[in-house]
Amino acid sequence: MSITANEEFKPKIVAFCCNWCSYAGADLAGSSRLVYPADVKIIRVPCSCRVNPMFILHAFEKGADGVILCGCHPGDCHYSTGNYYARRRMALLFSMLDYIGVEHGRTRVEWVSAAEGVKFSQTMNEFVAKITSLGKNVRLEDLRCRK
Amino acid sequence: MQEMINRAKELLSDGTVNRVLGWRRGDMSYNPEPSYFETAEDLDANFVYNGFCGANLSKYMIEGSKLEGKTLVFLKPCDSYSFNQLIAEHRVDRDKAYIIGVGCMGKLSFEKIKEQGVKGITNITIDDANENITVETLYGEKTLAYKDCMLERCHVCKGKEHQIFDETIGESRDTKDADRFAEVEKIEAMSPEEKFAFFQNELSRCIRCNACRNVCPACSCRKCVFDSTKFDSAQKANVDSFEERMFHIIRAFHVAGRCTDCGECSRVCPQGIPLHLFNRKFIKDIDEFYGEFQAGVDPEAKSPLTSFTFNDVEPGVTGGRR
Amino acid sequence: MQRIGVFVCHCGSNIAATVDVKKVVEMVSHEPGVVHAEDYQYMCSEVGQAKIIEAIREKHLTGLVVCSCSPRMHETTFRKTAERAGLNPYMVEIANIREHCSWIHKNMEEATEKAVILARAAIAKVNLDAPLFPGESRVTKRALVIGGGIAGIQTALDIADAGYEVDIVEKTPSIGGRMSQLDKTFPTLDCSACILTPKMVEASANEKIHLYTYSEVEKVSGFVGDFTVDIRKKARSVDMSKCTGCGVCQEKCPSRKTPSEFNRGLNTRSAIYTPFAQAIPNVPVIDREACIKFKTGKCGLCQKVCQAGAIDYEQKDEIVTEKYGAIVVATGFDTIKLDKYDEYAYSQSKDVITSLELERIMNAAGPTKGHLERLSDGKHPKNMVFIQCVGSRCSDKRGKSYCSKICCMYTAKHAMLIRDKYPDVNVTVFYIDVRTPGKNFDEFYRRAVEDYGVNYIKGQVGKVMPQPNGQLLVQGVDLLDNKQILMEADMVVLATAIEPNADVRRIATMLTASIDTNNFLTEAHAKLRPVESPTAGVFLSGVCQGPKDIPETVAQAGAAAVKAIGLLAKDKLMTNPCTAKSDELLCNGCSQCANVCPYGAISYETKLINDHGIREDRRVAVVNSALCQGCGACTVTCPSGAMDLQGFANRQILAEVDAICR
Repeated sequence: MSITANEEFKPKIVAFCCNWCSYAGADLAGSSRLVYPADVKIIRVPCSCRVNPMFILHAFEKGADGVILCGCHPGDCHYSTGNYYARRRMALLFSMLDYIGVEHGRTRVEWVSAAEGVKFSQTMNEFVAKITSLGKNVRLEDLRCRK
Repeated sequence: MQEMINRAKELLSDGTVNRVLGWRRGDMSYNPEPSYFETAEDLDANFVYNGFCGANLSKYMIEGSKLEGKTLVFLKPCDSYSFNQLIAEHRVDRDKAYIIGVGCMGKLSFEKIKEQGVKGITNITIDDANENITVETLYGEKTLAYKDCMLERCHVCKGKEHQIFDETIGESRDTKDADRFAEVEKIEAMSPEEKFAFFQNELSRCIRCNACRNVCPACSCRKCVFDSTKFDSAQKANVDSFEERMFHIIRAFHVAGRCTDCGECSRVCPQGIPLHLFNRKFIKDIDEFYGEFQAGVDPEAKSPLTSFTFNDVEPGVTGGRR
Repeated sequence: MQRIGVFVCHCGSNIAATVDVKKVVEMVSHEPGVVHAEDYQYMCSEVGQAKIIEAIREKHLTGLVVCSCSPRMHETTFRKTAERAGLNPYMVEIANIREHCSWIHKNMEEATEKAVILARAAIAKVNLDAPLFPGESRVTKRALVIGGGIAGIQTALDIADAGYEVDIVEKTPSIGGRMSQLDKTFPTLDCSACILTPKMVEASANEKIHLYTYSEVEKVSGFVGDFTVDIRKKARSVDMSKCTGCGVCQEKCPSRKTPSEFNRGLNTRSAIYTPFAQAIPNVPVIDREACIKFKTGKCGLCQKVCQAGAIDYEQKDEIVTEKYGAIVVATGFDTIKLDKYDEYAYSQSKDVITSLELERIMNAAGPTKGHLERLSDGKHPKNMVFIQCVGSRCSDKRGKSYCSKICCMYTAKHAMLIRDKYPDVNVTVFYIDVRTPGKNFDEFYRRAVEDYGVNYIKGQVGKVMPQPNGQLLVQGVDLLDNKQILMEADMVVLATAIEPNADVRRIATMLTASIDTNNFLTEAHAKLRPVESPTAGVFLSGVCQGPKDIPETVAQAGAAAVKAIGLLAKDKLMTNPCTAKSDELLCNGCSQCANVCPYGAISYETKLINDHGIREDRRVAVVNSALCQGCGACTVTCPSGAMDLQGFANRQILAEVDAICR
């Protein structure tokens, strides 16, 4: 599945979704048949606070073009406080990525509740459009990982 | 310096401490190194404290805390923040340390001296007032202003106050003459391309020698994740563009909220990479997003990354600033 | 290396119509570790599950990947299937190729490619799965109910009825709560005390129920089935075992100027007091702030007149530590403070009152002995104006965004009772909407309008202006007639918004139960688990969860009791094995992980560690797996990676990332 220069750019997008809200929101998007591009692949985590900045950098290193983290809305975390920690961690990480010159927009955090199938699908459509416009991630990719 | 040696000898002889953690004379006047002293003779012969004693001794107290009896440790004002932070993290034992806060006139950088075009250095002496230094070289003597030879961190000095001590010896000088975040702001103002190029240039020199990690008082893990199999992140050879960035971002992230900005990482980097720019970016962001926070002031304070408020800024909103 | 079986479900045409399931089977069969791959129409059916079991047995599978619908749907099903075939249930991973793939993609090639990638990620994860075993924890067969209002009383009665011990902790001197302050109840107009008092008596007489009145919950530790709670029994200064409840002390007490909490400050009480006549227990407390003996050391009159010798000035607060299996929160509500609603002149005129104050005025045991009169001059009012939604349904920051739910009905009740008893009084009600869903509620409201001639005006009141003659000038608007209204009133009654009791935040923090932006306790699921808190073992009863009237409160109280009983009936609980685990060799003992743990599950111990030959005492983190709920906050806080989450390990998530990005 390598990409040649002639082919249309299909971004690789990793979406970390918390089990209780956003994963369920994605399920609802599915059962409501709300279409979003197949470029998005979801990884289920118990809580947004489970997502280590290393996971995100690792995804980029391995060739992901965009990484999005979805969790319960602040105040609604299944574990009470997990998303508050995630919010701080990601605020700092994203700011750092910006600082070292990674295009703004390759990473995103969105709070999606289990009832927000529409929001989930909209968010993914927007995010894919954004990443497509940014093009291939070349600044964070580990060249050795390119196949 | 003599006062420090005398007091150390007293504390050794009256049994208050079993050893002294200080700086040992090196083969050159400008390269003293951290060391233990156990006898008065050793102190008399080899103990040194001068402008080149930049090394922060706090981290050595992690091992020092495991030794029998108390250790006398000399801490400069900025080192004392690190010590406090290590107390907060249960990494040092306060009861095992006898802390003498020593005065600091600003610490010198050998690199800064060389940058001024001085070559063939054989010896360096500092005048009594710490205003000038005299550099003896193969090509004759040269006098340089002390201020021009100071480490970057001393230009943004956190102050003359020791955060923790049992007693203090000596006077300190306020050497702050620059804005701590000026460099960070300069980078923030760049375009993404310029930022990327800047860091690529700096980090391309990284040889992954781990000096920054080894010296950093916050990087005190028994085993670093980059040496561990748990993250598939075990140290790899330096061959590509991203590995270093991953290492340095994660290193800075792991010490975010715990880094006291002691500047040791930049001081020891053999490649002269301004590593403090990563840590200081996080410090600046933390100050801006969550309110000013200085690690190492209050060992009881919760670090910004292990606390939150209900209305914290959203990630992403914060990105893209120019 | 695992021996993995991959099972691809067609889900009828739900998956198979957009995903080429045969292709998926073919593609994944080459993945490392995969020794078996097949597809079937309905994997969740008996036949489908039998195929899985057969494959596990025949091919000696050590791990399963089921490519099917969401794990939220059938993960449990397939885990049980695995268990039936003798495989550890946690060796099962689901690739969600329905909700996350076939249902949202139209192009078969694209959907198939994605399904393969999702399957690969699941295979990568299962490759690193390890068998997990749920722990067991015991259940203390005793329940705690926090709050002794009608919600708490009903819950306690129901739990006791099932044969379990239950304690009620009530912070005021008597149980009874808000309901005891009400005069009549809608829509039947029963006397509130007449229906509540028997329940209070029943609660105090029930030998399974223990009342801690004038007490507060001080500290909660532990977890579902095994909570340890410190209860502070505040010093009553009266020996409960000796007091006969004769009431002489209250009569003789010379300090009589303290506003009566029970009567909403409309009159005063003595320093030694029971809140109301039917109080249970009928044992007074001494308010030490007001008592002359405590303030000056002189007096001691109550001690002199007490024939039972029950007065004990030396009494001290006492901390009782009890164990509980379940905790029910029933902390109730209060009315909001009206300091931000100065336009209604509540602070300026004694004749502007809240509805709860009106309840006390209407009550025979209240400050006016049940006579409707103005508090300013004792005159009988001729015109009364009721203002609805004061602080409720508020779009600005001053009030509450929600509907307080009970106000429409109690205002109809007040209006009806006043018109019934005093036909000479004109009653006008300003409302935004009249909301009367509930059995016999709308009929009740219509009676107020049709039979009792209550004047309902749709519109809001902008201002209440006290006049020099003691009258109140009410300026409002009639939206239906589209005209300004200026009317005189003798009394104005504000249907003040209700809000959760101020203590709820402190209690929620102790219980790690979440609260919403309005301080109502959050339920585990808004629709399907309305009486459970997301924190296991904590249940919600009454208004602490959201505004409700008495019948709803009682119904919820019963539901909370049933949930608690269901828990107490178990001898042992299985704990979730997907918990955090610390690698002692890597742990720095830095305490950062405990700072982010919402459950207090992490503690530190000094242990003798043998680290590749170095033997030393080290401070290391220890996770109590019964407390840990598996969120993973600690794993990211840990810089050395010592802390990891079983079932969602670092390496597993990274392997999924690799599979997706490759």
